[in-house]
Amino acid sequence: MSRILGLFFNLFEPVFRLAQRRLGVSRLGWLFVAPNLIVFGLFTFLPIAINVVYATTGGVNLMPLDRPYTGSENFGTLLECRNYFDIQTCRKDVFWRAIFNTMQFSLIQVVLMVVFSLLTALVLNRKIIGRGFWRGVFFYPVLLSPVVVALIWKWLLQSQGVFNAALVALGSSPIEWLTTAHWAFFWVVFVSIWAHMGFYTLILLAGLQAIPKEMYEAAEMDGASAWRTLRRITLPLLMPNLIVVLVLAMIRAVQIFDEVFVLTGGGPGSATTFIVQFIYQTGFAEQIHLYGLAAAASLVLALGLILLTLIQLRLTRASDAGQRSR
Amino acid sequence: MSGFLTRTRGRARMDWTDWLSYLYLVVGLFTMFAPVLWLVMSSFKSEAAISQFPPTFLPYTQKAVQVTGYDKPLPLFMTRDDKGEVKPMAQVRRIGIMATMVDPAKPAQQVRVNIKDRTPINELQFALSNYTEIFGTFRFGLYLWNSVFITVVATLLTLLINSMAAFALSKYRFKGQKTVFLLIIATLMIPPTIILVPVFLVLNTVGLLNSLWGVILPAIATPTGVFLLRQYMLTIPDELLEAARMDHASEWRIYWRIILPLAAPALAVLAIFSVMWRWNDFLLPLIVLSRSEFFTLQLALNAFQGELNTQWHYLLAMTVITLIPITLVFAFLQKYITTGIASAGVK
Repeated sequence: MSRILGLFFNLFEPVFRLAQRRLGVSRLGWLFVAPNLIVFGLFTFLPIAINVVYATTGGVNLMPLDRPYTGSENFGTLLECRNYFDIQTCRKDVFWRAIFNTMQFSLIQVVLMVVFSLLTALVLNRKIIGRGFWRGVFFYPVLLSPVVVALIWKWLLQSQGVFNAALVALGSSPIEWLTTAHWAFFWVVFVSIWAHMGFYTLILLAGLQAIPKEMYEAAEMDGASAWRTLRRITLPLLMPNLIVVLVLAMIRAVQIFDEVFVLTGGGPGSATTFIVQFIYQTGFAEQIHLYGLAAAASLVLALGLILLTLIQLRLTRASDAGQRSR
Repeated sequence: MSGFLTRTRGRARMDWTDWLSYLYLVVGLFTMFAPVLWLVMSSFKSEAAISQFPPTFLPYTQKAVQVTGYDKPLPLFMTRDDKGEVKPMAQVRRIGIMATMVDPAKPAQQVRVNIKDRTPINELQFALSNYTEIFGTFRFGLYLWNSVFITVVATLLTLLINSMAAFALSKYRFKGQKTVFLLIIATLMIPPTIILVPVFLVLNTVGLLNSLWGVILPAIATPTGVFLLRQYMLTIPDELLEAARMDHASEWRIYWRIILPLAAPALAVLAIFSVMWRWNDFLLPLIVLSRSEFFTLQLALNAFQGELNTQWHYLLAMTVITLIPITLVFAFLQKYITTGIASAGVK
């Protein structure tokens, strides 16, 4: 094994030796970061620039030079409505519905996500037997692929599945969980929390364990009630981690795609169609690939993400200031 | 309620808040694992058993017997006749509520039985054929190979180029170094979902659509990896490098003979993350690989769940095979992953 590794790495020796002689040691750094920069340049920075080109050109050609310039037409198509209080009157009502769904989903999911991961972290932070095991229990679904997660739940929720069997056993009639709009939405929220909660629990648990024990001892000496200790010590000291969790969860929730795509396919109708799925469908899945429209929609998404990041910066600064003044 | 939320130091005796905590944990255990367990048990059900309603947890299948005079094995029922005699009989055919049945011992004599007077005889049977057949019928081996190839090659490349960058950013001082580091970290802010269309164009231009390399290359440079490795390499003392330079070791040699072995723990964490990212990747493969011979496991599962709506027994077996590697990673390497997440805050 080490022989093979040695052979492999020695392949590059002449190139780097030559460069070292030509450039000198410190400028050799550029050569070391070059592969990374090339990949980032090709697949991240260049695409950002091209995205703008796509968003301002029309037609169905993939090559930017073959695409006629259309200015803000794509944005117009996306955003235009005859009556802004009625989604039905919009030219791309699916886009508006996707935005509305995404906002609704993110708000509900993130609140529940924070509540449940906080609760779980608080329980795991207690003196319990087998903490490592219990932590693993909540973490396991985080590792599963979104497709697998979706298939697990699809199997449980299908019309002949175990949930309906339970309903029938209880004397009620079966429910089409994934093809009834409000139930499909509920399960999308539930499954995404099920799959990702362990990750946020871990971040919060790390924060809880960093709180000095003396704080709690002092509170106990002062005879503070448990509720007061939670309000006055645990939560304020956990605030930086809570903000990280809040923002990470929000940024991820806005970009939800994989699980939902496999679980409900965005349906029934467009009840669980979210913004990334709209981009995917417009640009890649439908008969005519409207790259320009998809790119314009991704810029709208990017704008939303930038806003969220700015809010994060604000919150972090506010919380830091709060920490200092205390 | 509030007591159990905050108390961190237990007393010798269990009080009610402890009981509540354990109750929460047990409910959590059930919620997190029962769905997976149900899936795994279901994947061992035969095609007939899987469509049964209500479903059973264990893979029970109706027993079938070979009766002389009939080509196919006949399903077995426990029947009760007018005299109250109970015995097993095989069903030949069924019309409405009446079934024509034979006693396997006396195959010549057919009896008509009301379906109210019989219950199926079930036996526990693990249908391993679900697992063997998917390799023959659906080219599942090919998809498995594609996934393994992408995961292994991408992880090796990820380790190589990110450790090179981290080495330069932690051990060198060159002009523009700060800018480079900031640029790399800034890519954390750019989620792949918003640059899908242009990435598709770039891959098309360089001819990597419908190629496994088209999935591997766009993501081998990762800001998370650079950050993780750089932070670790900063802790390696510079004196080691100076000593090696005294011995006229080339910079490249210093990188791979000294720095890489010393950064092994951080490399291990990044390797685990990379394996998980690649094995579970979905959106990028979905747009890059449209021809089925290049499908990864995730893409194959997605395609099948659309087509094989009636063939859950195959779909579930495929799902189980897909989750096995990740479950092994979880079982043996959980500690590395959790420390990685706690220290870098990444998934």
